[in-house]
Amino acid sequence: MILTLAFRNLFHDRIRLAVTLVGILFSIVLVAVQLGLYLGSSRMITNMIEKTNSDLWITTFGAKSFEEGGILLTSGQRHQALATPGVKAVIPMVSAFAEWRKPGGGSTRVAVVGIDAEDGGLEPWNLIEGTWDDIRAPDAIAVDRSYLGDLGIQGIGDTAQIALGRVRVRALTEGIRSFTQSPYVFTPLQRARNLLNMDGEKGDKSTFFLVQLEPGANLETVRTALQERLEGTDVLTKAEFRDRSLAQWLFKTGAGIALIGGALLGILVGTVIVAQTLYSSTKDHINEFATLRALGSSGSYIHKVILAQAGLSAVIGYSLGMIIALLILYLSRNSPLPLVMTPGLAFSLFALTLFMCAISAVSAIMKVTKIDPATVFSR
Amino acid sequence: MTNETPVLEARDIVKELGKGAGKVMALKGVSLKLVPGELTLLMGPSGSGKTTLLSILGCILSPTSGEVRLAGHSTTGLGPEQLAELRRQHIGFIFQSYNLFPTLNAVENVRIALDVLGQKGYPAAARAEEVLREVGLGHRLQNFPSNLSGGEQQRVAVARAIAASPSIVLADEPTAALDSENGHAVMALLARIAKEQNRSVLAVTHDPRTLGYADRVVRIEDGKIVGEERRPEGVNSPEITDLTKKRRKANA
Ligand SMILES: Nc1ncnc2c1ncn2[C@@H]1O[C@H](COP(=O)(O)OP(=O)(O)O)[C@@H](O)[C@H]1O
Ligand SMILES: [Mg+2]
Repeated sequence: MILTLAFRNLFHDRIRLAVTLVGILFSIVLVAVQLGLYLGSSRMITNMIEKTNSDLWITTFGAKSFEEGGILLTSGQRHQALATPGVKAVIPMVSAFAEWRKPGGGSTRVAVVGIDAEDGGLEPWNLIEGTWDDIRAPDAIAVDRSYLGDLGIQGIGDTAQIALGRVRVRALTEGIRSFTQSPYVFTPLQRARNLLNMDGEKGDKSTFFLVQLEPGANLETVRTALQERLEGTDVLTKAEFRDRSLAQWLFKTGAGIALIGGALLGILVGTVIVAQTLYSSTKDHINEFATLRALGSSGSYIHKVILAQAGLSAVIGYSLGMIIALLILYLSRNSPLPLVMTPGLAFSLFALTLFMCAISAVSAIMKVTKIDPATVFSR
Repeated sequence: MTNETPVLEARDIVKELGKGAGKVMALKGVSLKLVPGELTLLMGPSGSGKTTLLSILGCILSPTSGEVRLAGHSTTGLGPEQLAELRRQHIGFIFQSYNLFPTLNAVENVRIALDVLGQKGYPAAARAEEVLREVGLGHRLQNFPSNLSGGEQQRVAVARAIAASPSIVLADEPTAALDSENGHAVMALLARIAKEQNRSVLAVTHDPRTLGYADRVVRIEDGKIVGEERRPEGVNSPEITDLTKKRRKANA
């Protein structure tokens, strides 16, 4: 009967129900979009790191993110790392921003990623045209199809200039997007070094070393040993480097704060609207609650009716909100920053909606707690 | 009947209502006993304290002084939740304006009284239908209050009051909003549930039409009980009306 009464009270006033649902819906959509963007950004930022086949990362001391590692690690350091017990492979990698000159004039910034596929540190993924072998050809690079327009080119075979050298697109990937909005340009290690002006004495320097361990080697032991041998470097686990990149892009730049702030605002607005409508509904039905009390219902019985009303609103509002959020998600799939929805986020949003509605019920519950059942006779 | 142990007893009840300058002594030392199987009418002019007394007897208000004993136990010092528990275990209420839930149909309105007692599911639904049939509403089970006449609504309220088989039923002006025919029907029903089901029924009224159904009439004026008449054993309804008339003449 608690649910029945809650349901009827809720649907008794359609306009108020609509306001309640719009409030929850607005909240859910706003929070879903903000957190979806947050998740989308996080994935984008960490994608490259996640895809690597590595146990440890060696970066220059204090490297901020994947794109800002500097090109400072020497081959001497690489050999020192290789000589460390428990280390199976140390794969050099180059990553840096560079200027891309479009064939039709103008320029844009790109993130050049240089690594040799045969080293096994970063397997090619999402290739839709061409192969990793094609990229070994002189001048060859791979870019993501979604950036062709930004790069001022049409597709395979087009040429452009990166910093000092001419490059030709030989392969295309799909869905490898960059949070910095500077398209990734994949190319073999040595060509990346050359393009980025690392010829001559700098010709064998790297941005990162991807360390793979011998089977059975202890990660912490090897990490400590590496850190002791290699001065001026950071030896990080994959997770640590990922978190460092996230911290750099999401928090030092304030982007993540803005997203989380937006989500909090959504929660706040939703809670206020739901609290307001729930309170006025309770006020409207106050005589019935007084009657219930006179009939001997416990205080908690009445609270349950109000909480059930809040819970029903939550379920309906969440369902509608999710439909809209998923629609927005679908529409954003080809945008520079696609939203991400995961089962975990969907569940958290539901928990959040229930929580929001429960908080909203507080003022209504305080109102009914003050009911004087004696008012039942004075009508 | 008069020798029966009371199920509800009020002793020397004093009740002050309001605060400061608006303070009113609504009851000034009232004692009253209710025994099973009787329909008692509480009569008196408007403002004489009838509703206040009913609320105190029904454990809705606590007296300023004096004691209410329900089923042999004093209610003095009990908190709101304990009083609510006593109400749902022992007392059924009927109100002047029915106080039905407009969003629930007849069966659901009765079921909710069972629900607060923890009686749920099919047995509760069956019981609700049973009492509605008992009050003659077998054909109105699914109707919402807005689709019931006043008399029918009050009968739903009676069904709600007796659904959990309380030993006491308290009614505040149950016929005041009803026309003569429906008023008589509801009073007949109250008399029946008192006698057939051996309950104590107390109805507050200032409607003389209701007199004929009473086993006993208690008169209250200005917060004090000023008289009590009982229908002699074996005498049927019109007599008590005569008694009342005699008393009025005597007072005049
Ligand atoms: N909440 C209240 N505050 C102050 N005075 C009240 C309150 N309720 C009732 N009264 C007063 O108490 C007296 C008894 O009221 P009530 O029991 O409602 O009388 P009746 O039901 O016989 O008409 C009246 O004088 C009334 O004005
Ligand atoms: Mg009254």
